[in-house]
Amino acid sequence: MSQIENVSRRRFLKGVFGSGALVLAVRLVPPVFGQGQTQMTGGQTDADTAALHPNLFVGIQPDGTVYIVAHRSEMGTAIRTSLPMVLADELDADWKRVKIDQAIGDKRYGDQNTDGSHSIRSFFDTMRECGATARWMLIQAAAQQWSVPASECSTEPHTVIHKATARRAGYGDLVASAARLTPPRKEDLQFKKPSEWRYIGKGMTSVDLEKLCTGKAMYGMDAHVDGMVYASIERPPVLGGKIKTLDDQDALKIAGVQQTVAIDPFKPPAAFQPLGGVAVIADNTWAAFQGRKKLKITWDNGPNESYDSVAYKKELRETAHKPGKVIRSVGDSDKEFPTTNVAEADYYVPLLAHAPMEPMVALAEFKDGKVTAWAPTQNPQAVQAIVSSELGIPKENVICNVTLLGGGFGRKSKPDYVAEAAVLSKKLGRPVKVVWTREDDVKFDYYNAVAAMYMKASVDDKGKPTAWLQRSVFPPITSTFDVSAVYGDPPHLAQGWTDLPYDLPNIRIENGPAQAHVRIGWLRSVANIYHAFAIQCFTDELAHRAKRDPVAYLLDLIGPPRTLDFTNVQYPNYGADYKTYPWETGRLRNVIEVVADKSGWVKKKSGKGHGFGIAAHRSFLTYVATVVEVEVGDDGEIHIPRVDTAVDAGLVVNPEITRAQFEGAAVFGTSIVRSGEITAKNGAIEQSNFNDYPVARINEVPVQTNVYIAESSAPPAGVGEPGVPPFVAAFCNAIFAATGKRVRDLPLSSNSDFA
Amino acid sequence: MVKLKVNGSDRTFDGDPSMPLLWYLRDILRLTGTKFGCGMALCGACTVHKNGQAVRSCVTPMSATAASEIRTIEDLSANGLHPLQQAWMQINVPQCGYCQSGQIMQAASLLKSTPHPTDEQIDEAMAGNICRCGTYQRIRQAIKMAARKTA
Repeated sequence: MSQIENVSRRRFLKGVFGSGALVLAVRLVPPVFGQGQTQMTGGQTDADTAALHPNLFVGIQPDGTVYIVAHRSEMGTAIRTSLPMVLADELDADWKRVKIDQAIGDKRYGDQNTDGSHSIRSFFDTMRECGATARWMLIQAAAQQWSVPASECSTEPHTVIHKATARRAGYGDLVASAARLTPPRKEDLQFKKPSEWRYIGKGMTSVDLEKLCTGKAMYGMDAHVDGMVYASIERPPVLGGKIKTLDDQDALKIAGVQQTVAIDPFKPPAAFQPLGGVAVIADNTWAAFQGRKKLKITWDNGPNESYDSVAYKKELRETAHKPGKVIRSVGDSDKEFPTTNVAEADYYVPLLAHAPMEPMVALAEFKDGKVTAWAPTQNPQAVQAIVSSELGIPKENVICNVTLLGGGFGRKSKPDYVAEAAVLSKKLGRPVKVVWTREDDVKFDYYNAVAAMYMKASVDDKGKPTAWLQRSVFPPITSTFDVSAVYGDPPHLAQGWTDLPYDLPNIRIENGPAQAHVRIGWLRSVANIYHAFAIQCFTDELAHRAKRDPVAYLLDLIGPPRTLDFTNVQYPNYGADYKTYPWETGRLRNVIEVVADKSGWVKKKSGKGHGFGIAAHRSFLTYVATVVEVEVGDDGEIHIPRVDTAVDAGLVVNPEITRAQFEGAAVFGTSIVRSGEITAKNGAIEQSNFNDYPVARINEVPVQTNVYIAESSAPPAGVGEPGVPPFVAAFCNAIFAATGKRVRDLPLSSNSDFA
Repeated sequence: MVKLKVNGSDRTFDGDPSMPLLWYLRDILRLTGTKFGCGMALCGACTVHKNGQAVRSCVTPMSATAASEIRTIEDLSANGLHPLQQAWMQINVPQCGYCQSGQIMQAASLLKSTPHPTDEQIDEAMAGNICRCGTYQRIRQAIKMAARKTA
């Protein structure tokens, strides 16, 4: 059994990072039973040093304080609260007496890359086991003390009780004797019944809430050590560029500037290496920024200088019109394309930047062959890996402290900025804080791929497709790790493309090649954004062409409740076991029906200047359907009075936080539709800050987003990302309903029909 | 030499008078509750009060702070939490939280001048403050809640 698990884990890692990618050799789930569980490779947590320390995630002190380790990164999803809360529930701890320990990067915790909406899914069982282990030991200790069978003892928060003799003992008082016991085997654990859960499914507010409201929360931007210097880096404007000439004389004249330091260009593939350039080192951030403006550099831009987004869009579209690599096929769609009754459409989504509110920043200190870093990172073990390879020191000698993140959205999974700080600290022999400007953030991102989708269907006399062809073309994320990669890799094609859930006789799903000229990376919802946009908008086009209600038409295409069969199809399913997380069309149907009902769909009539749109999509194992309402003024201004979203994410651990994630997803999606676009000219990114890369403001976003969470006994799935893709498509479908104009090219701000 | 008050304390600054107040607060006084987001007064993360008015500290040079009273998120309320902070907590506004100091300082300035803002007034006053996590719906609710409580 364990062998099978190991194989599937390897497959998961390979699936996530692709071949040739930077593979982090960590287990997804750490060993918390038996030997090896307490091996130290980095710093100790308060849990490690507590008097009772049953496993690496929990420790209890004689005063009753329970330390729980948060090994995932906090970027606003409250994961630092929700996972420890699961452990606390199974331990039956009083939440008020729990303190959270933020873990450093350390492979002993298993996977720490807080990405892919899988923290709860991957660690729910581990947290429960760790809590149940501690509870078992406390119960055994009390039973021994009272000479009663452990089976007669139970717990109330922070207390073991023996009802028959009315005896009670606080957890703290039991710590000393429990610490002498051998932790139980997994088979001996007793878990609470779901009806006994106190926190799971009910939820807790963020443990950081008050700090977040009072300016006391510490982000990477706030990290400080004595003796540190500040660095601002002028990087090659074109990916792969090198310094031709440098004149730093004027920079050095700026008060507070100490020196400049060149950083070597990276050796392809870029992966997480520093981009190179010149760092200005100064007494404070402002002086570093000012000095940098005075640098005179000429660049050798290299081959990516030819990259031009206007020409590239044309190329992608041409490729999308040619036969591509077949990813999945059903029936024989070649023969089923008559020349009549054919509908076709091209869709386009440009490069997108993450633009988290906290720009990239990191503090690193190289001393005695070791690096200590403080960074707002989603991926502290990747920090260890890249700093280790850049500096030629063992991974174990890289201590990565994880601060709070001022937003992440996938950008902070790529620790190039932390590597910069470490490289500079080694060169200078002092702690260095590298601070990116907003302009750096916008120009040197790992962008969500620009994508062109060609959609084609032939329809019967009722307007239902008899054959369906969809072809996508985008530079793949794997190109960041392997310069030869041009086709979509199975995990990202599986993000809403391979798994078209329609019950149609003939389907052909293809992907064409595209060469990357910038670093491509994961952004909240990733490939699902452009895949769901094309499929769900094209479906809406066909519904209108057939003069049918879009909800009824969508349900018709999805067909009866069933489990999708991916035999002989590469479908990595977000790294999850397909038996545990099958693709069930009944669950997608259900959220569509719920959102149609809750939004009052049948009573709503779209008309001039007022429209409703629907879209549904499964991503990160979660099923979501969204209805968007728009009002369009005579001046073309688009207002979003209301959004309704129905969500089936399996078991939801923290419902209030989940609702907030879907409210936020609607805002994130609003930015994508209205104005999200990064372009390159002569190889350099044209945008620079929130003036030319606008993100949605309070007056542009949905006024009210209602979130309906389905009761579900299915295992937990993702909630951070799945709200974005259906929102984007539903918003565009609503715009059509209100204006009669199709949104096929995003964003609206550069679409001549809407701009 | 610039003389000013920060959170009630007298301060003098004799560095580059063009340095924005933001970096004086963050790097020199180590008051890090005020955040850097854009450096161009486009996002509002750096919002503080200058003589009671919300200003963007990232574009306010130290030379423009002479003889002024600066208040930051660390000292928004002399006794306990400001009604806005209470409302922010009650409604669970923050996600990552990075923009929230600026949001709260901006909202405090709004409530001072307009104790009972309409939705339009809230949108107008808050449109300069970006929240990339997308907490706007809750920000609006929290401002209204705080307005009701202070009525």
